[in-house]
Amino acid sequence: MNPFLLPTILASTSGTPDSGFSFGALMAIIIGAIFINNFVLSRFLGICPFLGVSKQLDSAVGMGAAVIFVMALATLGSWVVYHLLLVPLGITYLRTIAFIIIIASLVQLVEMILQKFSPALYQALGIFLPLITTNCAILGVAVLNIDEKFGLGYSLVHAVAAGIGFTLALVLMAGLRERLDQAPVPRSLRGLPIAFLVAGAMSIAFLGFAGLGG
Amino acid sequence: MSLTREFTKGIYKENPVFRLALGMCPFLAVTSSVENALGMGVAAGFVLICSNFLVALLRSVIPSKVRIPCYIVIIATFVTLVDLIMNAYLPDLHRSLGIFIPLIVVNCIILGRAEGFANRNTVPAALADALGMGVGFTFAMVVMATFREILGSGTWLGINLLGSPYSNQPILIAILAPGAFILMGFILGFFNMIDNRRKGGAL
Repeated sequence: MNPFLLPTILASTSGTPDSGFSFGALMAIIIGAIFINNFVLSRFLGICPFLGVSKQLDSAVGMGAAVIFVMALATLGSWVVYHLLLVPLGITYLRTIAFIIIIASLVQLVEMILQKFSPALYQALGIFLPLITTNCAILGVAVLNIDEKFGLGYSLVHAVAAGIGFTLALVLMAGLRERLDQAPVPRSLRGLPIAFLVAGAMSIAFLGFAGLGG
Repeated sequence: MSLTREFTKGIYKENPVFRLALGMCPFLAVTSSVENALGMGVAAGFVLICSNFLVALLRSVIPSKVRIPCYIVIIATFVTLVDLIMNAYLPDLHRSLGIFIPLIVVNCIILGRAEGFANRNTVPAALADALGMGVGFTFAMVVMATFREILGSGTWLGINLLGSPYSNQPILIAILAPGAFILMGFILGFFNMIDNRRKGGAL
């Protein structure tokens, strides 16, 4: 690949280095991924960790940070493999298999590197990392970036924004569930059912952002 | 344990969605219409049956240290197959299920059955289990989609049930994202209520 094309590839929205960078498009991607099409509350991606790790605020923050990090890495890996390996070889139908292998090995790699070089961070994020391989939000963001024909730069921005949106939903939910512990919930609704009802109420609130897209 | 018992446990007693709360992402996302729910159920069921079969067949060949990556590759292969077949023969359904077809790979039901059942059981038992879980998943999705489609568009599988006065002004929120969460909350609550009533005591 011609290295001089790199800046234009970074900015391109179509995956080919012809369309330029636009601040409006960038903002639309960020606001869209965090609020309008929030990964959890409107796209239904990453529901399992959303319900599983939202019982306490600090673990929710840890999970959110791990997801943002892995999403950005997985997007980088999957974009590069898709556009520089699968497309030139004409084997784009192997996309799903390739992406899941990339994500699984990246998560494993991150876990080993963290364990070796930053035990403190490993202590904080370590228990969340194995769960992330089967987090559909990670594979979801990688596939969406390809479907939307984002360039590498936009893909990374989209991935980080999606991760922030996920973290936002997770942290809000954890805050609500910590208070729910003290609330007089009917016995049959305790646990998951009330969590779903609360998520529904949050989702209604996020529906209000739909107008932002213009 | 008899094969019939392996089959029927997935439908009610260990229903993957209502009982074990697995596979939530596709469940909430595609149940806005019965047609999508059926399509997703059949697609995921097909992957489940094929991967359970292969995992049970290869259970003595796959080294236990690398079993999870092996399962993921097996599952991803069948998902790619489903993706290509649906794209060729059912392009409309393929478009409306969209991103959730490749995401069958990370459906916890499928990996869960491979790891929790197929790798320590015989091929016929694994097949019966997969068939039951697939039917249970599809059944759960159709139940949910029935509620959402009738409330949200007044139709069932595209047939207008409630007449045009309703379908012109339906309870739209049922087919939007919040409707999925809220209905799921009530359905899970309903199952808890049945359990609590059986056990006695307060609801």
